Amino acid sequence: MSMAADERNARAPWALTAPALMLFVGVLLIPLAMTVMLSFHDWGQYKGIEPVFILKNWHEIATDPYYAEMFWRTFRIAILTTLLTALLGAPEAYILNRMSGRWKSFFLLVILGPLLISVVARTLGWALLFGGNNGLVNKLLMSLGAIRSPIPFMFTETGMVVALAHVMMPFMVLSVWAALQRLDPQIENAAMSLGAGPVTIIRRIIMPQIMPGVLSGAIIVFSLSASAFATPAIIGGRRLKVAATLAYDEFLNTLNWPLGAAVATLLLVALVLIVVGSNALIERRYAEVFR
Amino acid sequence: MAYLELDRVAKQFGAQTVVDDFSLSVGKGEFISFLGPSGCGKTTTLQMIAGFLDPTRGAIRLEGKDLTAIHPAKRGLGIVFQSYALFPHMTAAENVAFGLEMRGVPRAERSERVRAALAMVGLAGYEDRHPRRMSGGQQQRVALARALVIKPSVLLLDEPLSNLDAKLREEMQIELRQIQRTIGTTTILVTHDQNEAMSLSDRIVVMSQGKIEQIGTPQETYEKPASAFVSQFLGKTNDFPGMIDRVVSPTQLVAGSWRAPAPAGLGGPVTVSVRPERIGFGDTGLSAKIITRIFQGNHWLFQCDSECGPAIVIRQNDGKPQPAEGEAVRLTWRPEDMSVRGGASA
Ligand SMILES: Nc1ncnc2c1ncn2[C@@H]1O[C@H](COP(=O)(O)OP(=O)(O)OP(=O)(O)O)[C@@H](O)[C@H]1O
Ligand SMILES: [Mg+2]
Repeated sequence: MSMAADERNARAPWALTAPALMLFVGVLLIPLAMTVMLSFHDWGQYKGIEPVFILKNWHEIATDPYYAEMFWRTFRIAILTTLLTALLGAPEAYILNRMSGRWKSFFLLVILGPLLISVVARTLGWALLFGGNNGLVNKLLMSLGAIRSPIPFMFTETGMVVALAHVMMPFMVLSVWAALQRLDPQIENAAMSLGAGPVTIIRRIIMPQIMPGVLSGAIIVFSLSASAFATPAIIGGRRLKVAATLAYDEFLNTLNWPLGAAVATLLLVALVLIVVGSNALIERRYAEVFR
Repeated sequence: MAYLELDRVAKQFGAQTVVDDFSLSVGKGEFISFLGPSGCGKTTTLQMIAGFLDPTRGAIRLEGKDLTAIHPAKRGLGIVFQSYALFPHMTAAENVAFGLEMRGVPRAERSERVRAALAMVGLAGYEDRHPRRMSGGQQQRVALARALVIKPSVLLLDEPLSNLDAKLREEMQIELRQIQRTIGTTTILVTHDQNEAMSLSDRIVVMSQGKIEQIGTPQETYEKPASAFVSQFLGKTNDFPGMIDRVVSPTQLVAGSWRAPAPAGLGGPVTVSVRPERIGFGDTGLSAKIITRIFQGNHWLFQCDSECGPAIVIRQNDGKPQPAEGEAVRLTWRPEDMSVRGGASA
């Protein structure tokens, strides 16, 4: 009897997680596997997709410098965006955390509110302000005589980094905020009583303790920026492509699905490697703070 | 000779007065406890001394100098927080060294002093441990070493032992007292544990709702409580309504059928307060009936119903037979074992 019960107990977790597992397999694993397989298929202008196994797409990506440049641009934009959000977001979270009750919840709302607005709308906002001669800010500055020609924003990497940083900021602030909540509320007083000034307290006591929060925020922002689609599509358009917009174009404009699948797969693999690798590094480095 | 002096200190948060009219002078090397129930303003008072809060009124002086004008980082006080507030990203040694580093103590001297401080709290060999890998008691010792290594003028302890289990707490109490005796640092301990306050301090400041109820040695506060609050808060006590009769001569203090010569200078209705262990069973005195009798190893606890209300009696277990439940007894005590409050002075 007890053996039967044991067996039933062993089966229960599987039975209980089955619906979720099936959903996971059905909508994630199967399409993913099909995408990977697709990347090995052949494609021709007139013959369409041929389900054969060739390395043509991968060979093209590996040898054509166009793809190297595009991937390098993708990661450069993601890295710069991550740096920008960390530099602005960490102090922002710290200041927010020091505010008193009512102001704190108000500004938290201000920071998190944009999450409720579509990425497209937020990016279009930047386009309206800086988009060429008709951008609001550009028009204003030009009519004031401050600048001769409009500040280049659309179709530039700078524009993409700025707009992405704006979109990603809440993730960084939230992540640092969570780390700040784990601090002992008396820790600054403790450091002060030992003779530390405000700068020393931030540098020696606060920073090392919120670093894990900054880094996990950085991982989130980096992976979201590297695979972001809407913002690069609006700011960069067809002129300044990143991995996600390129894959999109191959799928929907050129109709070269296998090549698009190869680009998407490479982006995914690279991201997974980077994220898993840096996560392991962070956990090793900050074992003492995390435990 | 006041070393640290609090002069009519008060603290308000908005309209709420949390500490009021707090005056205390602490001698050099003295061990003082702030004792009171939760929310009575002990931490607030301590934080005003530390400088994390500014008093609304009043002055705080250290060796005659106004302490409130000095930035908390420059006060040179040692503080142990209830949560310890250790720096989790630093080892025990780095935690202890931090204060010395801030003072620019040279490296060689620093490591020598850190080693000595950790050894003093019994943590030799734990230099390279991180706080998260230490037990509560060990963390508490690191916090103490970190506060003491800077040779503070005053050591402030905010319920440092309340997170420890009973046995460890007792050990740490003894250790804390020994360390304080050895190095002679003036110490203020915040606690809501009356046993802790009594076993550690030279003097106890009993607080209630932001006000001082009594300042005195542990014996004084226990045996001569200045108010009903103090006598209730410091251990169990019996309060009997009594009357001082000035008509008869010599004047008599009467509580039920218990009577004794009245203390001088009082008259009218009074409250007679007697500790349970000072009451004995006799042939005369307050008549009472024993409701329950509880055996507690080294002593017996009796709950009685007396003519002046409920009473508790504690008797040493000296092997002699004790009255049984339901038995009628007479409760008696020596006049010097009671304290009398109230009564118009006459
Ligand atoms: N920053 C603050 N703002 C408003 N009220 C406060 C603040 N800090 C403390 N109080 C109030 O002051 C009173 C005393 O607080 P305090 O922390 O000094 O109590 P305590 O005696 O240390 O209690 P405990 O034993 O629980 O630590 C409490 O009623 C508390 O609600
Ligand atoms: Mg407190």
